[in-house]
Amino acid sequence: MFKQSHYIALGLAVLLTTIVLNLPERATARLKLGIGSLFVPLFGLAGSAQQVAAKAEELALTRKQLLKQNHTLKLENQELHLQIARAETFERENTRLRQMVGWQQQKPWKVRLANVVLREPANWWRTVHIDLGVRDGLSNNLPVLTPEGFLIGRTASVSLTRSQVVLLGDPNCRVSARIENEARDTGVIGAAGPLDGEMVEMRYLSRNAILKPGQEVVTSGLGGVFPKNLPIGKVVDAHQVDYGFQTLARVRLGANLNALEEVWVVMNP
Amino acid sequence: MSWTHTLLVVAAAFFAVFLQAAFPVTRWALGAQVDLLPPLIVYTALSGGLFPVSLAAVWGGLFFDALSANPLGTTILPLLAAGILVHAFRDLILRTQVFAQVVIGTAAGFFVPLGSLFILFHSGQQPMFGWGTLWQLVVMGAGGGALTPLVFRFFEWINRHFTHAPLAVTSFRSDREIRRGRI
Repeated sequence: MFKQSHYIALGLAVLLTTIVLNLPERATARLKLGIGSLFVPLFGLAGSAQQVAAKAEELALTRKQLLKQNHTLKLENQELHLQIARAETFERENTRLRQMVGWQQQKPWKVRLANVVLREPANWWRTVHIDLGVRDGLSNNLPVLTPEGFLIGRTASVSLTRSQVVLLGDPNCRVSARIENEARDTGVIGAAGPLDGEMVEMRYLSRNAILKPGQEVVTSGLGGVFPKNLPIGKVVDAHQVDYGFQTLARVRLGANLNALEEVWVVMNP
Repeated sequence: MSWTHTLLVVAAAFFAVFLQAAFPVTRWALGAQVDLLPPLIVYTALSGGLFPVSLAAVWGGLFFDALSANPLGTTILPLLAAGILVHAFRDLILRTQVFAQVVIGTAAGFFVPLGSLFILFHSGQQPMFGWGTLWQLVVMGAGGGALTPLVFRFFEWINRHFTHAPLAVTSFRSDREIRRGRI
């Protein structure tokens, strides 16, 4: 059934796998980026395919639908102008008050728009690839947001022209978060179930935490990677775990992780 | 399996991984992305020797892990184990039968990701794992079963178009020729 050559091939592959798996982290990362860079010429192809799909969708719209969409966008634009004007007033007031109290000035965010070019091929991780890299000033552990401002993850494995973004719900992306209730309870957003892409679990909440469905969840700013007050999602339900020593809340993410096309990378969190 | 055929299999592994990452259609529809590498390994194991199997497993695994958050090298061993196992029993398998291709593709599609998860847990990683994983494995197994005959058809089509057609066997046999004498 098995010849000697089978054992030799298997032995060689086991040896190779063991060597590759036990390489120093830096060497593995370089090797991974090197092999991954072979896919760079195909990134354009993926982008073009997405553009063709979007154009096809545009062509399918009728004139009536386009006019309606245009009207809605005009209204939204006016509303946003008003909101910006109000926000600018608040910002000026905030700066003046900070000066009066002697608090440190907040730096304005520097953000860069990136396109999502590839998604995780394995089912047990939650990552995407974006088309910005070291060349564009990216580094590891930069927060990544949706165009609507919801946090979706952080950068990891940054190469010259592309980066991997570890999304919320992946076991390697833990975020210190706060619930917008009276007690301002804090916990950690961690891994999620393999099937539910919209939900994450918030652990290490106080056992006395009073949580209600619909309460907002934002970043707490603890941990140093993610700035404070970035919206994450809303509480769905909560129950006590670990023999009642802590509370676990299920949080519905504000961003749809399956429909990411463009994302913002915060360059100076 | 010729050198060009082996290179074609490696190129197919490259594009398979890219397609999986660029167009995760089954993940949106069914909650799990179907893996294209196990059907490719089954085809290689039933059509070629151990060298093409090893090459396809090593390169396919490396391509997959380079785009994934898996530690590099995780996918090589399960792919190779599946390839060697199928290759060892190839004489007992009716490789041209669609049913056989579907059954072996399903088994490979189910056990290759299971092997990757086993390696990940043993190397100290914590991938997403739960009851949902069982559903994902079922989808991957079914996907592997459905795709394996397609992979066979694809390579048959390639072979038909890019290799010389075999000489047609004529029914003429020189030993059966009736030699007529002069009447």
